[in-house]
Amino acid sequence: MKTEPRAAATGKDGLSESELLGLYREMLLIRRFEEKTAEMYQMAKIGGFCHLNIGEEAAIVGTISALRAADYVYSNYREHGHALAKGVEARAVMAELYGKETGTSKGRGGSMHLFSAEHRFHGGYAIVGEALPIAVGTGYAIVYQDKPEVVMSIFGDGATNIGAFHESLNVAKLWKLPIVFVCINNQYGMGTAVSRASAVSEIWKKACAYDMTGERVDGMDVLAVRAVTDRLVSQARERREPSLLECVTYRYKGHSMSDPDTYRQKEEIKEWQGRDAILSLGNHLKQLKLAGDQDLERIDQEVTAEVEEAVKFAEESPEPDPRQLYRYVYADEEAG
Amino acid sequence: MPVLNIREALNQALREEMIRDEKVFLLGEDIGLYDGSFKVTRGLYKEFGERRVLDTPIAEEIIVGTAIGAAMAGLRPVAEMMTVNFILVAIDQVVNAAAHIHYMFGGGVKVPLVIRAPGGGGHQLGAQHSHSHENWFAHVPGLKVVAPGTPADAKGMLKAAIRDDNPVMFIENEGTYGVKGDVPEGEHLVPLDRNEIKREGDDLTICAYSRMLVVAMDAARDLEADGISAEVVDMRALRPLDMGPALESVRKTGRVITVEEGWRSFGVGAEIASRIYEEAFDDLDAPVARLGSAEVPTPYNKRLEKITFPGKADVVVTARALLGRN
Ligand SMILES: Cc1ncc(C[n+]2csc(CCOP(=O)(O)OP(=O)(O)O)c2C)c(N)n1
Ligand SMILES: [Mg+2]
Repeated sequence: MKTEPRAAATGKDGLSESELLGLYREMLLIRRFEEKTAEMYQMAKIGGFCHLNIGEEAAIVGTISALRAADYVYSNYREHGHALAKGVEARAVMAELYGKETGTSKGRGGSMHLFSAEHRFHGGYAIVGEALPIAVGTGYAIVYQDKPEVVMSIFGDGATNIGAFHESLNVAKLWKLPIVFVCINNQYGMGTAVSRASAVSEIWKKACAYDMTGERVDGMDVLAVRAVTDRLVSQARERREPSLLECVTYRYKGHSMSDPDTYRQKEEIKEWQGRDAILSLGNHLKQLKLAGDQDLERIDQEVTAEVEEAVKFAEESPEPDPRQLYRYVYADEEAG
Repeated sequence: MPVLNIREALNQALREEMIRDEKVFLLGEDIGLYDGSFKVTRGLYKEFGERRVLDTPIAEEIIVGTAIGAAMAGLRPVAEMMTVNFILVAIDQVVNAAAHIHYMFGGGVKVPLVIRAPGGGGHQLGAQHSHSHENWFAHVPGLKVVAPGTPADAKGMLKAAIRDDNPVMFIENEGTYGVKGDVPEGEHLVPLDRNEIKREGDDLTICAYSRMLVVAMDAARDLEADGISAEVVDMRALRPLDMGPALESVRKTGRVITVEEGWRSFGVGAEIASRIYEEAFDDLDAPVARLGSAEVPTPYNKRLEKITFPGKADVVVTARALLGRN
């Protein structure tokens, strides 16, 4: 176990050139997607609560990119980027934010309830800590059926103070389940700083209570996140050893689109933005001569176009049919 | 036909479904090595092993959450709550997760699970071990809720619940585990959405379920001796609530009593009465009479406890009053 955040990665970290560029692309896609989401929210195209991932891209991409297609992700309500990183199409995510029939959840879920069985993105849950016991159940199903899959359960720092977190870590270890618990420590649960909510501010240490591997990583360094996650995923897959990974990161925006953000100092936000993960990886790629400014610019244009296309798709998609209001309440009423 | 009690009928249903489908597994507190708090799972741990009869820590949220996550990955879990009182610790998993997942994810995944939970009082267990909460769950779209009161229905409905693709709250009653009756062998399925007239009569209708079905049947026998012919409708299917047999009966008798073991306010009887007023107002000769627990946290003292829950005498007195016979 490490008490200090891992140092920023240097060198190639065992990843291929295309993998490194892939991480960059994925982080930038999330950034551009979320910027667009904020814009569309302000234009009232998107309703409800809307929580952005801006600032957390390295933690998200560094962890989820370590998974295989058949591995599961369980997430919370701040999950647009988690779904994208697991391979869910940007257009389906945007259409869900628009509440359209073509959305990941057919417009019934919204921003906080994305889902894709095909991508094994097993959902966004809006009750803090609720998805951890459910991730445990999927872990049990994997063991029960002796499959080589892994579950990644992603949640915030705030979720580590609720009972479900502790119950989940306990049985994950007790039953030897292939689960990586990922805490995105963005320093706050709404307006409450970690130190004002948790007796233990270094969240990775909570793993000790369950004799579980605990790690803390610089969540602004995608390569460091990826390297440690690779290890934790393989110990889950090969030895059914669960773990708790704390990614130390920051959300640049308010808790949700309706948060005036009065509890944080401007300097603090600036300081974290000065360590921006996307800029850092871009510089790293340039240093390694794996990409030049034009290459990065081209990636930006590509992901921006993808996001524009997603918006167009969402705009043009049909609303759910009001006659289908009751559809999906029960599984057997699927047919109509 | 073999005669079994409800405990044995439930055990048989679990065993048969576990043999039939490898995806079925059980989880709960002390259901395995200990053989179950009420011995419903007796012998199954020995027969099927710990993979399929999973003893859990005392952590209700984990029990229900594990069932949900396993169901979402293709299994058919049957979770046992030691008693229904303890499920309140896990109510978030039941309501916000199990009930809503299929809908809020646009039908993208099914949650085929059963939560078995015995409720009810009468054993001097006090305020925290004696309640009935089926109405809490019957309130929630996305859940199915059943509460059988005979051994045959207990077996048939549990088997049907395990095969259902939705989360099913299967409400048992500590006071009925010993109730005996004929139980068909092998494949015996009772639909989760059909209520049934359990005893025919002409003068009034008694709607009851679970332990109160037993009470209602007893009361009907006493009333018979008194020259009153009571029809008893088993309201075992609470959500979806099948009103068919009750309405049919009311149209014939014009008088109704609902009996539940839980508190009347916002309860099952309130719902049944409303539906009757909506659908069969003109057929009524008197307002619907509702019986239920006194609105107190169940007291420990034996005499106080006895007057807390509705019993045969309450049903008889209410029936006579409805017919102007008192
Ligand atoms: C059980 C529960 N209580 C309260 C809330 C309201 N709420 C939504 S998000 C949130 C903060 C959660 O913080 P954290 O877990 O750190 O995640 P973050 O939003 O920072 O990503 C709160 C209090 C909730 N959704 N669920
Ligand atoms: Mg947080």
